[in-house]
Amino acid sequence: MNIETRALKTRAETDLASQYEALRASAGASVALRDKAFALFEAKGLPHRRVEEYKYSDLRAHLKSAAAPAAVASLEQSTASLAAAEAFAGVDRFRVVLDNGRLVAGLSDLEALAREGVGVTDVALLLEDEARARGVLSAPALACDDVSVALNTAFLQGGVAIAVGEGASVSKPVEIVHLASGEGARYSRVEVSLGTGAKFTLIESFAPTASSGEVNAVSNYMVGDEAELTTARLVAGGDTHVSSIFLTLGTSSRVKTLGFNVGTGFARTQSFVSFTGEHADADLLGITMLRGKGHGDQTLVVDHAVPHCNSRELFKAVVDGQAEAVFQGKIIVRPHAQKTDGRMMTQALLLSEEASMANKPELEIFADDVQCAHGATSGQIDEDLLFYLRARGIPETEARALLVLAFLAEAVEELGDEAIVAALEERVRGWLSVEA
Amino acid sequence: MPAVQETIDRVRSIDVDQYKYGFVTEIESEKAPKGLNEDIVRFISAKKGEPEWMLEWRLDAYRRWRTMDEPTWARVSYPKIDFEDLYYYSAPKTAEGPKSLDEVDPELLATYEKLGIPLREQEILAGVAPQNRVAVDAVFDSVSVVTTFKEELKKAGVIFCSISEALREYPDLVRKYLGSVVPVSDNFYATLNSAVFSDGSFVYVPEGVRCPMELSTYFRINDQQTGQFERTLIIADKGAYVSYLEGCTAPQRDENQLHAAVVELIALDDAEIKYSTVQNWYPGDKEGKGGIYNFVTKRGDCRGRNSKISWTQVETGSAITWKYPSCILRGDNSRGEFYSIAVSNGYQQVDSGTKMIHLGKNTSSRIISKGISAGKSQNTYRGLVSAHRKASNARNFTQCDSLLIGQDCGAHTVPYIEAKNSTAVFEHEATTSKISDDQMFYCQQRGLSDEEAVALIVNGFVKDVIQQLPMEFAVEAQKLISISLEGSVG
Repeated sequence: MNIETRALKTRAETDLASQYEALRASAGASVALRDKAFALFEAKGLPHRRVEEYKYSDLRAHLKSAAAPAAVASLEQSTASLAAAEAFAGVDRFRVVLDNGRLVAGLSDLEALAREGVGVTDVALLLEDEARARGVLSAPALACDDVSVALNTAFLQGGVAIAVGEGASVSKPVEIVHLASGEGARYSRVEVSLGTGAKFTLIESFAPTASSGEVNAVSNYMVGDEAELTTARLVAGGDTHVSSIFLTLGTSSRVKTLGFNVGTGFARTQSFVSFTGEHADADLLGITMLRGKGHGDQTLVVDHAVPHCNSRELFKAVVDGQAEAVFQGKIIVRPHAQKTDGRMMTQALLLSEEASMANKPELEIFADDVQCAHGATSGQIDEDLLFYLRARGIPETEARALLVLAFLAEAVEELGDEAIVAALEERVRGWLSVEA
Repeated sequence: MPAVQETIDRVRSIDVDQYKYGFVTEIESEKAPKGLNEDIVRFISAKKGEPEWMLEWRLDAYRRWRTMDEPTWARVSYPKIDFEDLYYYSAPKTAEGPKSLDEVDPELLATYEKLGIPLREQEILAGVAPQNRVAVDAVFDSVSVVTTFKEELKKAGVIFCSISEALREYPDLVRKYLGSVVPVSDNFYATLNSAVFSDGSFVYVPEGVRCPMELSTYFRINDQQTGQFERTLIIADKGAYVSYLEGCTAPQRDENQLHAAVVELIALDDAEIKYSTVQNWYPGDKEGKGGIYNFVTKRGDCRGRNSKISWTQVETGSAITWKYPSCILRGDNSRGEFYSIAVSNGYQQVDSGTKMIHLGKNTSSRIISKGISAGKSQNTYRGLVSAHRKASNARNFTQCDSLLIGQDCGAHTVPYIEAKNSTAVFEHEATTSKISDDQMFYCQQRGLSDEEAVALIVNGFVKDVIQQLPMEFAVEAQKLISISLEGSVG
């Protein structure tokens, strides 16, 4: 599918190469792991539009230069940054703070989490021992041949590994706050594993920061048999953001995820979902709100490798200004994955003349007794609905905001967790009022 | 829901080993030497008595083609084609410009008779009601052997002839439009075709004329180791209407044969073109040996205001199908339609779909695609719907359903939907749930079972498509379309 053409290296590519040379000297035990990942980048270069998976998100053209990896932030810097990261202030939760990709133990509720039976490990420490690093830096990410993921592994600064024990039910959600203090690029890794029958709610938030530099985050969620995971992931702002999420579902597990992307920069969230046990059920939700020259890409690959699993995907985008939203979703149903039920819906609301949307909902089906469907729509706000509201005395801007909110709420509310839904809907209202 | 027995039986009845058109006509043929070089291009051009500019055009295409690589993005796999191991020109010896039907080799006439294609005008007149008359251009390997009803069409002002003849008789018309929809270097196979195309049909319907009968071309590959490269050009001038259909068959052979055609349609203001295909090239045997590689570029240009182009295709043959009949909706208020039924069996690989490119204002398009895969086949729908910045009020509705029969086949959907204008309204769906509960309830209430109800609704829906097809093809197509689609996957 992909055309192998290697043009001259771009400035960003040479930047990354020289940065890697510098980093390699002090990489210690993790050097073999990093070298392997970097070799993939060397071979392929930054993904561009001739690479099918990045057709609509040309990272090579977007990255004019690559910022050097950010230095360790001081506790004062982190404390100040944390004070500004208030997106989920209304949610009663534990916090685990990462700044410039590294765990800030002093600002995280580690003791409280230990009491709940949740193990929290600093990924930076794991990197000092290659065997342990291999054990925790999940197989799916290491096996993946995606260049963004490879760059994350090569430049990995740190992160957090959270283990929820068998049968444990954590009383409050855990928020992993990704801070960015000062300049530079951030490469972080979040590893979450749920034991059999565990119940866990996770929030990941990437706060908007004044500083530039790209963010490259990888999250790996391993959901054990009969376990339940609910996650919300907020990406707000930043020049360049690339997130890669790996989600593996065990037998009879239940997962709800919501990816929430609001911004004016370049953001891509790519999720790789695989069903490894029967009777698992996943709700995958996505919200994209863009304005200015924003570029928001939600890419999704759902791999039904075993029978009797359900997946529902609902992705909504609201696009204003000259922004462009992208949705690429692929449902794969492997041979023998009978009785699969996969439903994918993507809808876009274009608010301005120059807004654009690219949809690519794919199905790849090799089993004959399955139900799969996808739908894609894009259009403007329905004039009839607008008229209905205005006829009842609601001013036009307010009526528009109401309709947009209703459009997005359909996906947000599927998440189920009331406090998180309220916090995100607040976010939508805030975004809409800026326009009003 | 798995496929029902009735559907399985129907698909079985058109399975690869049931291929009815696999016979070979023993006829002496004249070939160009094997392989491809500038001399072959010159040879073909000289054989056709073409003007100098045409030779230059071909040579330019040939030189460009030499610099191009075969595309690999489609979901099909096949051993590399040796383009030097093919005959690029093969013509039945006796077919050198017969003046009338009586001069045509009786062997050829018998072949077409066997295929069920009537070439004798009077027989058609005698047998069938006048509204069902069809003018046929019969292309045998590299040349057009006969074109029927030419005189009668001429009376109406319609030009219908082989493209070689058009190049001689109406060079200005051909020069004006040839390559204006599918540029010479559009893609690998289109470029190859531009260099070596040997025959095909040319249709020009003048302003305000409604073509008095169906036009059709019947393509037959007969000779061994030949590639067929036909070129069709259809122009509907302002306010004109034409309905055109093509059919294709080939003998049963162990080798793979290449068919790389280019079809260009041009609809000017208020014109309408309907293009229907029943593609039944030899699909290969049970083990996947042999069969035609069908790499076709088909594109229509709705150049004028209020113009309309409609593609209808019923695809059952070919080892590999790689074709995307597309519409460029350039004129304001223009409309594009694509109706497709693709059935794959055995080891067939289908990668087909359409492109609807909305450029003008208030343009609309509709895509209905149904894929059925059985055996060890792979069936892919690949489509693009795009609205450009200035295409305000563009509308698209897309529906693609697929059905799998058995464990070893695959069905895939790869749609690209690009809205660059906020007033564009695009709807895409790939599911059978489009049949509304109300319709189902209505039927069930009258005592129909679920299956009967679905069959009824689906048939009622595709009837519109089938009615577009002229009768002789409609019969064949009906058989395929009556396959019920319950249990479809998107």
